[in-house]
Amino acid sequence: MLLEINNLEVLYNEVVLVLKGLSLAVPEGRIVALLGSNGAGKTTTLRAVSGLLKHENGAVTQGTITYQGARIEGRPAHEIVRRGIVQVMEGRGVFDELTVEDNLRAGLAVRGGGRRAAGELETAFGYFPVLKARRRQVAGYLSGGEQQMLVIGRALMTRPALLLLDEPSLGLAPLVVGELFRIIQRINREAGVSILLVEQNAQMALTIADHGYVMEGGRIMLDGPARELQDNRNVREFYLGLTEQGALKSYRDVKHYVRRKRWFSS
Amino acid sequence: MRFFLQLLVTGVALGSIYALIALGFVLIYKSTRIINFAQGELVLIGAFTAFAFLSQAGLPPALALPLTIVVAVVLGFTVERLLLRPMLGEPVIAVIMVTLGLAGILKGSARAIWGSVNRPFPDIFPALSLTLFGVGIPGPFLWGCLIAGVCLVAFTLFFRFSGWGVMMRAAANHQAAALSVGIDVRRVFALSWAIAAAVAALGGVLLGAINVIDMNLGAIGLKVFPVVILGGLDSIPGAILGGLIIGVLENLSGGFIEPWVGGGVKAVAPFVALLLILLIRPYGLFGTREIERL
Ligand SMILES: Nc1ncnc2c1ncn2[C@@H]1O[C@H](COP(=O)(O)OP(=O)(O)OP(=O)(O)O)[C@@H](O)[C@H]1O
Ligand SMILES: [Mg+2]
Repeated sequence: MLLEINNLEVLYNEVVLVLKGLSLAVPEGRIVALLGSNGAGKTTTLRAVSGLLKHENGAVTQGTITYQGARIEGRPAHEIVRRGIVQVMEGRGVFDELTVEDNLRAGLAVRGGGRRAAGELETAFGYFPVLKARRRQVAGYLSGGEQQMLVIGRALMTRPALLLLDEPSLGLAPLVVGELFRIIQRINREAGVSILLVEQNAQMALTIADHGYVMEGGRIMLDGPARELQDNRNVREFYLGLTEQGALKSYRDVKHYVRRKRWFSS
Repeated sequence: MRFFLQLLVTGVALGSIYALIALGFVLIYKSTRIINFAQGELVLIGAFTAFAFLSQAGLPPALALPLTIVVAVVLGFTVERLLLRPMLGEPVIAVIMVTLGLAGILKGSARAIWGSVNRPFPDIFPALSLTLFGVGIPGPFLWGCLIAGVCLVAFTLFFRFSGWGVMMRAAANHQAAALSVGIDVRRVFALSWAIAAAVAALGGVLLGAINVIDMNLGAIGLKVFPVVILGGLDSIPGAILGGLIIGVLENLSGGFIEPWVGGGVKAVAPFVALLLILLIRPYGLFGTREIERL
């Protein structure tokens, strides 16, 4: 296993227990989807792996995270990036005052590069040609889809072995989402980057994933091969088709209790 | 006319030194949002450190100046490590109070070590003179302008093009995103403090070469405020332009208005200019408005 999370507990502000014994694994070279409703703890899980938890005043209080055989829970973010794990944060997070090119160079900086920049940037431009056309533009003025491409391209600059993607489809038009997911699949196949993919768009996520986990209230409730999850009645009912629109999300939240019960019986 | 040119040119020289000192202030504000009230005291310590190496230890300038910069860099790193890093994540106002405390400590130490008498600063620069439009410019002003100018250009290029420059701008722009791509923002903060202390020390030396040095040198920190607020707190080109404007304004008002209305105008003029400009441009000349997009 490339990444193994075992019985993980995460506490925010020393009081709020958000992950309550979560376990999951990402095999080398695979795409693993992590699904779940709002507030389930998906982002928190990614932060625990990437070391960004500390920045949010959170901490791993129990359990282990093992990456390439080494324990990494609680390590600082820059060390984890150097080991080959990079998180693409929810809500894009471009450096909006910097140009597209400088955004990408920021991803290179940890590898001590300024000099090799030109060749390295081509990696990102290869996946996202639109970035090349906009390379001198200030990132804050890119469209939402372009910003999402930029942050993924920026993450690739660190030469990751494991990419943590947090809701890349958020707020994008369906056509753009389709394109983005094809590129994510290419990154996995061509560069051999393993991917842990958090998504609300479960349909899309399960189409490109090998394996899927469904979490609820800080724990994994269900997992299995992506194909099987797509066929699972509960997953179909509560994720597929229902997640496309914001209005239905709140409906889902109202149905929280019912849903919980069903997860247990599935 | 000659008088005007004289004031203008020496004002530009002074202004470029202010700009250099303000650069350190802007750097810290940009990357950490901390308003460093101790920037003037870093100038004071820098100038007296150089004085100690030159006059008290009798070292030649070629050795004393690099040593001064090294001391300043070490001081910058130390201050960040001991005082600022433990404050990471605390409310900004608390951190600002820490810099006020630091200003007091630095000033007190300087007073304890060097006493509060005026110290003539030794001549450190080779004689140099230039006549511009029929106006003779004194050597120390020329050197000050030259050295400050070179440093400002060098830093501007460093921030634009070097890997560390990109990291510093990235960390200043979006801290969480910088962390996410593996930038060690604590090292970026430390570097900001080291650079701020170094440019302050250099500014102190250049000012010392123009004038005598005394314990009031720290008051230069107050001048930094009109400079940076004029330029926009977080803009390096803004600090440069702001420095030049304040330097020139100060000199012109000192030369032309002060004889008519009496003392103090020189000190007040920059703040009057500041108010006027802020009325027209609340973000300063170059400050960033948040980019808003939906
Ligand atoms: N920085 C924080 N401090 C305190 N509590 C937090 C913090 N971040 C998240 N939480 C809490 O932790 C829980 C899980 O949040 P998390 O962001 O991990 O959920 P999520 O599954 O990513 O949700 P979404 O689908 O809405 O992004 C929520 O109840 C949230 O309020
Ligand atoms: Mg989330």
